[in-house]
Amino acid sequence: MSIILDHVNCIYGADTNQEVKALQDINLVIPDGQFIGLIGHTGSGKSTLVQHLNGLIKPSSGTIYYNGKDISDDDFNKKELRSKVGLVFQYPEHQLFEVDVFSDVCFGPKNLGLSQKEVQLRAYAALKLVGLEDEFFYQSPFELSGGQKRRVAIAGVLAMKPEILVLDEPTAGLDPKGRDEILDQIAKLKNETGITVVLVSHSMEDVAKYADRIIVMNHGSVMYDDEPMKVFRHFKELEEVGLAAPQVTYIMHALQERGLSVNTDVSTVEEARDEILRVLKN
Amino acid sequence: MGIIKTDKLTFEYIRRDEEGNVEGITKAVDEVSLDIKPGDFAAILGSNGSGKSTLAKHMNAILYPTEGTIWVDGQDTTDEEYLWDIRQKAGMVFQNPDNQIIGQIVEEDVGFGPENMGIPTKEIWDRVEESLKAVGMYEFRKHSPNKLSGGQKQRVSIAGVIAMHPKCIILDEPTAMLDPSGRKEVIRAVRALNDVEGVTVILITHYMEEIIHANKVFVMDKGHVAMEGTPREIFSRVEELKALRLDVPQVTLLAYELKKAGVELPDGILTTEELLGALNLSK
Repeated sequence: MSIILDHVNCIYGADTNQEVKALQDINLVIPDGQFIGLIGHTGSGKSTLVQHLNGLIKPSSGTIYYNGKDISDDDFNKKELRSKVGLVFQYPEHQLFEVDVFSDVCFGPKNLGLSQKEVQLRAYAALKLVGLEDEFFYQSPFELSGGQKRRVAIAGVLAMKPEILVLDEPTAGLDPKGRDEILDQIAKLKNETGITVVLVSHSMEDVAKYADRIIVMNHGSVMYDDEPMKVFRHFKELEEVGLAAPQVTYIMHALQERGLSVNTDVSTVEEARDEILRVLKN
Repeated sequence: MGIIKTDKLTFEYIRRDEEGNVEGITKAVDEVSLDIKPGDFAAILGSNGSGKSTLAKHMNAILYPTEGTIWVDGQDTTDEEYLWDIRQKAGMVFQNPDNQIIGQIVEEDVGFGPENMGIPTKEIWDRVEESLKAVGMYEFRKHSPNKLSGGQKQRVSIAGVIAMHPKCIILDEPTAMLDPSGRKEVIRAVRALNDVEGVTVILITHYMEEIIHANKVFVMDKGHVAMEGTPREIFSRVEELKALRLDVPQVTLLAYELKKAGVELPDGILTTEELLGALNLSK
């Protein structure tokens, strides 16, 4: 189950005087089972890119293949694509609307035309996957905490059984623990079910901790596409485009400059601790 | 008396079921007493639902206490006579810049506040200029706000508040939706306001590294103030913060982890430079 983007361009307001090239010549392969971090400054094209992945936006030119099939073909089943590529938008809790948590999660699969039993099984499994306890199932979603609401919204997408889960800033506005809980839950889900996760984030620390591949967008183009450590080696270039490296990466560079011979390819606190201890012991 | 002072401030929400019957009462803020002095840079931390925003909304009379009192610059917020004074003295900046910008052009947006206060036109323009300069957005004064980045929009929102010449500015998660450079821009602008202009700042955030320059930190939990102190004092209590669903800056956590592994380091390291110093790697 892979997505291939081949020379994809997207132009907003083409042939007007306000033409914006939102995506320029994007070539990407998104294979099975990866945890991909997608970063870039505001307006770099991240959201436009993810909306191409399930056909919400059509490329101005270029082709997107889902499992080898061109998604712009007339006979391509877009409905199936939308259930296979699950998109969780920013502040997804604003989209909750049902009287209780369980009904809300049922809404998506119900519209797939599944039997009531299957719908309920899927909703139950999805709520379990995001770690929500049974006691909340029949409460109004509006009475839950911010982190819980967001988990319900994510469960609503998971109940569609997507093969690719795209999350646009799922932790914005959550407290640090809530942030870790959601991302831990998603990482666990990825390991257990083998789905592909695309995490759009402004938190370099989160991306460094969870992703095994980082795609950096700048002015509608892919600037870097590599392992986190290798991407964060370019911290100076990242700063020029409104991003940064995690704070620990800077600490390691500072240590090295002052004569402690540490390896600076570090992007999490645990890695930094182990590397500093290794050098101090020698 | 401080610029913002509360005495046993309590705020209760009444929860109702679908028929409108009272189901119960939630205390969002529970007997909070605090005193913020003119020129302070105060930070408020706390998990989602701990009462931070509810407390902040009392500071410019959007909400009124159920019990207890809050004074803004000595004026009790429940006294209707002072309402407009208080709204002018304590300005508020919210999370989403797109919900706060109304003007078609940056300078018009910033002028909206003073215009509504009945300030003479000439002075409005002076205030717009000085406010935009204070947040480093003067060169964008003729731009449309729609075309700005998140950090720039948020700085315009802040300029709109400063143009009303408040004594105190309350920022409720102003950086939650911004990219790293947008966050840096906003925090730099806020610090400059505090350092250079002497405006009292109250910053609510979930990003721990944004508050290391505050001089006072309040940590809220279940409606009350659970911890109070300087950033160094607060961030020395790593385990307690974690129990309150919070965190410490990465450098503080790294130093804490190294100390646990036997490296001799003081508690509450806040910056890379301090860590380097403690490891005898100073310049």
